[in-house]
Amino acid sequence: MTKYGRNAHAIAALVREAEVHRDVYVDPEIFELEMEHLFPNSWVYVGHASQLSKPGDFITANIGRQPVLASRHSDGSIHVFYNRCPHKGVKIASEPCGSTGKFFRCPYHAWSFKTDGSLLAIPLKKGYEGTGFGDTQASEGLSKVRNVVIYRDFIFARLNDDGVSFEDYFGESLSTIDNMVDRSPEGKLAVEATPIRYMHTCNWKMLVENQTDTCHPMVAHESSAGTAVRVWKREQGDSTEVPMAVQLYGPFMSPYEFYEQSGIRIWPNGHGHTGVANSIHSNYQDIPGYLHQMVAAYGETRAHEILGEIRHNTVYFPNIMVKGAVQILRNFVPIAVDKTLVESWVYRLVGAPDKLYERALMYNRFINAPTSIVGHDDLEMYERAQEGLKSNGNHWVNLRRLYESHEEQDVTAVINGTSERQMRNQFYAWAKFMTMDMDKRVEAAE
Amino acid sequence: MISEKTITDFIYREAELLDTMQWQAWLDLFHPEGRYWIPLEWQQQDPVLQPSLMYEDLLLLKVRVERLAGERTFSQKPKSRCHHLLQAPQIVACDTTAGIFKARTSYIYTETRGDMLERYSGWASHDLVEVGDALKIKLKRVDLVNFDAPFGNIQLFM
Ligand code: FES
Ligand SMILES: [Fe+2]
Repeated sequence: MTKYGRNAHAIAALVREAEVHRDVYVDPEIFELEMEHLFPNSWVYVGHASQLSKPGDFITANIGRQPVLASRHSDGSIHVFYNRCPHKGVKIASEPCGSTGKFFRCPYHAWSFKTDGSLLAIPLKKGYEGTGFGDTQASEGLSKVRNVVIYRDFIFARLNDDGVSFEDYFGESLSTIDNMVDRSPEGKLAVEATPIRYMHTCNWKMLVENQTDTCHPMVAHESSAGTAVRVWKREQGDSTEVPMAVQLYGPFMSPYEFYEQSGIRIWPNGHGHTGVANSIHSNYQDIPGYLHQMVAAYGETRAHEILGEIRHNTVYFPNIMVKGAVQILRNFVPIAVDKTLVESWVYRLVGAPDKLYERALMYNRFINAPTSIVGHDDLEMYERAQEGLKSNGNHWVNLRRLYESHEEQDVTAVINGTSERQMRNQFYAWAKFMTMDMDKRVEAAE
Repeated sequence: MISEKTITDFIYREAELLDTMQWQAWLDLFHPEGRYWIPLEWQQQDPVLQPSLMYEDLLLLKVRVERLAGERTFSQKPKSRCHHLLQAPQIVACDTTAGIFKARTSYIYTETRGDMLERYSGWASHDLVEVGDALKIKLKRVDLVNFDAPFGNIQLFM
């Protein structure tokens, strides 16, 4: 029995003005429909072009349930394919990244493909003569993902052929990526580190929502950040220099007023960010030499403009979060309705001092690692939510904080930093991209 | 005089302190400049400019220990427990004149909390120094066999 499949009305009804039904987190059918509709209708992060520095380099990823493969071709272009052999379906590449040389070769019957996906050769080719092979999809080689945009080296793809264009989908929200890239004196980022991977036994959307949930740090992280601040106060002696570690932990304990004033900006299609006026990243100590490099590269005014933009978390709907000020991207990869793989990537600011990269790596292991005490606080809450939502006492999750009736949808606005509006913004987008291609399917079925 | 047996005993003792949750006594085994490191890459060389799962000094280890007992440490309700199953440590260096003491120990680590039980395998490398007539940890490095796997919470010490 399907309750939600091809039933756009039932899905839309899961999102009320400022509440969402628990089924969005716990119903396996909803999860399957997300894989089938939400992710293919959205622009999803695949990887970073610096991971494909030479021709023949490749990376693999998943968009929803679909395995994809991105490669750098001999002419420098980047292509994204479905990671499946056109012969009998074997996955072409099984590692997260690597170099294939001049061509991909399927390990099963040795069909081979150029790095732009076209079919290069089949052993015993003669056997296909006169079989009509040329009319099959297989003769074209690896199936291409047609909608791919590489924005300042960030590779995004949309699986469905029809849908919202990249420009319309992200709009002004790309300013966060711009700012992160501009923080390099050379205007360039590089992936050098393997991501930290952290398995979460909860629904992927809980993580996405948490990125703009500013009413939880001082509560949930009292145990980690709060303890760090307390121990440092006790142990510091006459030390005047605050260790980098304490600089990173401390701001999590900022009071409600701090988050209220730092603000949230929302954008159409479910994107938004915390830390408009200032953020928990505002008061890190300067890294010697860095400002000087930036001024030399961009001029006084522009350099200060770039460094003055200290956004906290930017959610790119549906499933990544970017932290420009510490050069981190977290990818919330959905595995099952109650299972999410978190991959936390650190980018190196090309040309900037090592100390900045050291800080980004430190932030990543302090906050985003399975060994991170801050991470332990958060995951404990998600797991408890995943359990608690089984309760029949109340079927709805409340997102009413600072709600105003008749809130406009798909707009840009700056609001109080403790608002739950960005979560409402996400769920509005969720319902939109879940059902976007559904009416058509209903018609087709009739 | 530090002998090979002193080093081996030290490593068994360290595991015992962890298994019996004598955290303060465990911290006391560290040199003031000591570090606890879990790399994230195969045969990793650099804990600072390469990614790690953990690279902590004594201050950060104290934060962890203090946190474990915190009233509002919800991820420790219920509490975790752990178990170390050690192979005999291999003495890599026991040079009393140069003051260099190193060992490598293969082991299996189990961490449990509530109904959950997770098992990890790896090697611990101990760099020890003589302070007074005792050994102190300068570096404890844990190389997991599956360092690149996506783990759930790892809350105690391997
Ligand atoms: S399945 Fe790939 S060549 Fe046969
Ligand atoms: Fe948090």
